[in-house]
Amino acid sequence: MKQLITLIVSAIAIAGCGSGSSEGGADDQLTVGFSQVGSESGWRTSFTQAVQAEARDRGIDLKFSDAQQKQENQIRAVRSFIAQGVDAIVIAPVVETGWKPVLTEAKRAGIPVVIVDRNMALEDDSLYLTRVASDFVEEGRKAGRWLMEETGGDCDIVELQGTVGATAAIDRMTGFNEVIANYPDAEIVMTQTADFTRARGKEIMETFLRAMDPADICAVWAHNDEMALGAVIAMKEAGIDPGDDILVVSVDAVPDIFKAMADGDTNATVELSPHMGGPAFDAIEAHLRGESVEKLISVNGDLFTQETAAEEYQKRTAG
Amino acid sequence: MIPARHAPVLVTAGLFAALFILGALQYDGFGTLRVFLNLFTDNAFLAVTAIGMTFVILSGGIDLSVGAVIAFTGVLTAVLIQAGWPLWLVFPLVLVIGGTFGAGMGCLIHFYRLQPFIVTLAGMFLMRGLAVVVSERSVPIEHSVYDAVNAAGVMLPGRAFISAQAIMLVIVLAGALILAHYRRFGTYVYAMGGNAESARLMAVPVARTTIGIYALSSFLAALAGIMFSFYTSSGYALAAVGLELDAIAAVVIGGTLLTGGYGYVIGTLVGVMLMGLVQTYIAFNGSLNSWWTKIVIGVLVLIFVCLQRIRIPTRAATGSARE
Repeated sequence: MKQLITLIVSAIAIAGCGSGSSEGGADDQLTVGFSQVGSESGWRTSFTQAVQAEARDRGIDLKFSDAQQKQENQIRAVRSFIAQGVDAIVIAPVVETGWKPVLTEAKRAGIPVVIVDRNMALEDDSLYLTRVASDFVEEGRKAGRWLMEETGGDCDIVELQGTVGATAAIDRMTGFNEVIANYPDAEIVMTQTADFTRARGKEIMETFLRAMDPADICAVWAHNDEMALGAVIAMKEAGIDPGDDILVVSVDAVPDIFKAMADGDTNATVELSPHMGGPAFDAIEAHLRGESVEKLISVNGDLFTQETAAEEYQKRTAG
Repeated sequence: MIPARHAPVLVTAGLFAALFILGALQYDGFGTLRVFLNLFTDNAFLAVTAIGMTFVILSGGIDLSVGAVIAFTGVLTAVLIQAGWPLWLVFPLVLVIGGTFGAGMGCLIHFYRLQPFIVTLAGMFLMRGLAVVVSERSVPIEHSVYDAVNAAGVMLPGRAFISAQAIMLVIVLAGALILAHYRRFGTYVYAMGGNAESARLMAVPVARTTIGIYALSSFLAALAGIMFSFYTSSGYALAAVGLELDAIAAVVIGGTLLTGGYGYVIGTLVGVMLMGLVQTYIAFNGSLNSWWTKIVIGVLVLIFVCLQRIRIPTRAATGSARE
């Protein structure tokens, strides 16, 4: 018992010494709490790194919290940020619902909240400062348009959906379906959720290949690159040449997909811009200066194909 | 000076105090009543689940279905409320469903002599599947009572807030303490975990107790599901994934022996609070990867399992640690 107490006391003493210098920043330095969904995909990691780099460049003290895909962890982190008295909070939500209580608390504490990436279902838009987001519906449309041009509108498509209930999955599906609805010979023949992960993408694709004759599948449409990469593995294992026998189109534009495209394994990807930190911090700084801020800031990405893939891959992995 | 059987709980409480002081020295706003009370609010649903789990583990069993029961209860509650059902009907209904489900698992475990691990694993898949069938998408709850309860509570100086969640947790805790230490049911639970065979010889009603234990665990998980629906104002089929493991970890960190027969309900609460404090510390730090929470909990569980080996060499020597 005595030893334990000695240990605790010395631990406290050491920590006490170390903390003084590191925590004492300038008073006018901005402290922003950032609650991220997790680190489930390559895109998510680029997104986190982009926000962290942006904060460093601006001299913002960024408190980062990874929620490990759990809303309860996110709510806890946000409440910790509020208790800590940060200047602003940036949230990339796991799901759309359930944010009213904690955002009400932030509002009461006078802390502006910026929603990035996925959406939140909120009736009262005074609960947040602004939302920075990609136009997911447009991404789905871009992917759909490319595939329709490529196949002349005649294509039996299998779809790998993102996480059930996630905005990205719902909206990308909406945009894509909107486009192919104009082509009577284009049809989604099978669709299932693969949770935005590579492992599930492979698993579900294997199921698809067992369930129907691979020769009847014209294209794979994946709601993100990770699932597409998983599907590529499944197809190769089944002796099918992905990108040739079956076209592959996805969204996100993570570095790995450019390598796959350069190798001819997938065909096209729509970029989901990970650079949402800049606009979010711009909005926070404008708000703190007393300026008014738009309620929705859109970030848009382009479609990339095999032609530029090798070049893009080098560009993206060099930096 | 200190009875050996209290040592695990005291070590956990000591670690809690040490981490709290450490955080208070390092970060502004950490060493406050507000942060302390936030732990009760933010972990109320986990603590209620873990209290139920304590009874299960004390009896020598395990319940892997609780996380899925929370999700199912949350989704069903949300869907029924949005369909216009009155709250006074919805809450008792989902609690009865939870309790009955647990009693069913208890029956299978006792009468068919099945492993609790397998039965509750099946229960977990069943409940998670049902939750997704009820609604794939997360269902928002728009109800004046929800807004009122979420706003209700006692505001103390320094923006410290005793929320309805925290009050509910304290009520459940009080009930569980009475049940474990001042009721015959508690005696039976400890006796079964100590030695199921001799418990039977000592005329412990094993069937009734086993069914009661799993019914209680699922009932409390359903209650936690309702609390979770308040916490997030919604029901989501993929909520509380893996929460059963957090609950088990909290029970172990709280000093309960995984093989049963030994431990305290209050220890579980301290275990949950310690886990919550680690999470808070990492959020305040802001540069540590939050996966460190898992690493710290893993190390703590390991330490406590080893500690139990050392402090309680033979159960026969210490006897029942009930009083």
